[in-house]
Amino acid sequence: MSERTTTAMKPKPDAVAKGEAVIEMKDVSKAFGELKVLSGFTADLLQGENLVVLGKSGSGKSVLIKCIVGLLTYDAGSITVMGEEVSAMERTELSAMRQKVGFLFQSGALYDSMTVRENLMFPLTRIKKELSADEMETKILEVLENVGLANAINKMPSELSGGMRKRISLARTIVVDPNIILYDEPTTGLDPVTSDEISALILEVQKKYKTSSMIITHDLKCAVKVADRILMLNDGKVHLLGTPKEFEQSEDELVSSFFN
Amino acid sequence: MGAELGSMRVTEQIDAMEVSSTNPVRFLVVTRVLAAILMIPLLTLYADALGIMGSWAGANLKGDVGFTLFMAQAFKYVDFTDLMPAIIKTFFFGAVIGIVGCYKGYHAGSGTESVGKAANSAVVLASLLVIIIDMIAVQITDMLAL
Repeated sequence: MSERTTTAMKPKPDAVAKGEAVIEMKDVSKAFGELKVLSGFTADLLQGENLVVLGKSGSGKSVLIKCIVGLLTYDAGSITVMGEEVSAMERTELSAMRQKVGFLFQSGALYDSMTVRENLMFPLTRIKKELSADEMETKILEVLENVGLANAINKMPSELSGGMRKRISLARTIVVDPNIILYDEPTTGLDPVTSDEISALILEVQKKYKTSSMIITHDLKCAVKVADRILMLNDGKVHLLGTPKEFEQSEDELVSSFFN
Repeated sequence: MGAELGSMRVTEQIDAMEVSSTNPVRFLVVTRVLAAILMIPLLTLYADALGIMGSWAGANLKGDVGFTLFMAQAFKYVDFTDLMPAIIKTFFFGAVIGIVGCYKGYHAGSGTESVGKAANSAVVLASLLVIIIDMIAVQITDMLAL
């Protein structure tokens, strides 16, 4: 592992000062056997912001957000979600935390034996138990309209295109009104037009549902479009942190290799 | 079961359940194991009935044996104590098939290759365990002189 100096930029206060940290990650380390994926990673996700995490394949971006929701355990350091330490959570506490944190999977992860309606009903019946059946149906229709796929309500996932799957998956994520959304490569595998639509949707969701989001992506166009701040992950730690403009103007070798 | 849960693991559907505050073991594994425990004995009885009907059909290929006569002769030498151990052990077969299938699928690795491996190893291990349980059942039946 190289001894590259971390050159974290101080973000412009007016660009990021939307609120206090909703997720705080401090000196997080994670290794799979001999392979160190995260090594002293430190960063915060602020209330109401879109934080884009960039990095090469295998740099630990997806591992990071899986550690945040407790799908993976980290070896050292601390991750707190809304003030609660993830590693100290019991199953019930983890479950309560996950009700506030939505996760959009890279593959969409739609339940292939269920229709779109059933896919959206699944988290609703578990997280929003107080809603009546009619209220749930209304909620499902509302979020499907928000992602522009109300007509797909009775379709099976196998009948949907890649872009439609991502949209339905996003609908399933927002149907339970999460405070935070973690996007794992939301535009990967999509054509440029659909990628743009998904990026626009991410901004719409942030605006409409007042969410804080962490977006893992390789798609620079998406990153620049949706980000309040961009974080570059390299060698398991923060290589650079700044606004999209600062990244575009950066002369850092790794950043340049991404942006040019 | 191994292939189904394996493909759910590979496509992150099991992770999606976890982040939806659902216990995937309870939702996916427990239900399947219970279904296997209940259904394998019924499937066994169904297979036994088909076997008897096949025997009757086989007997009629060369001879002329009436159904009533065949059944009377067939069950003349079979009594309740023959039937019970044979049925009881199938509950254990069902448990083993369900647990092994779900375990292998649930713990499948990443990539589509893992689905095939999970399904294959589930069949091999479950078959082996069914043979072992059958052997143990025979020993117990003998000891109890049933």
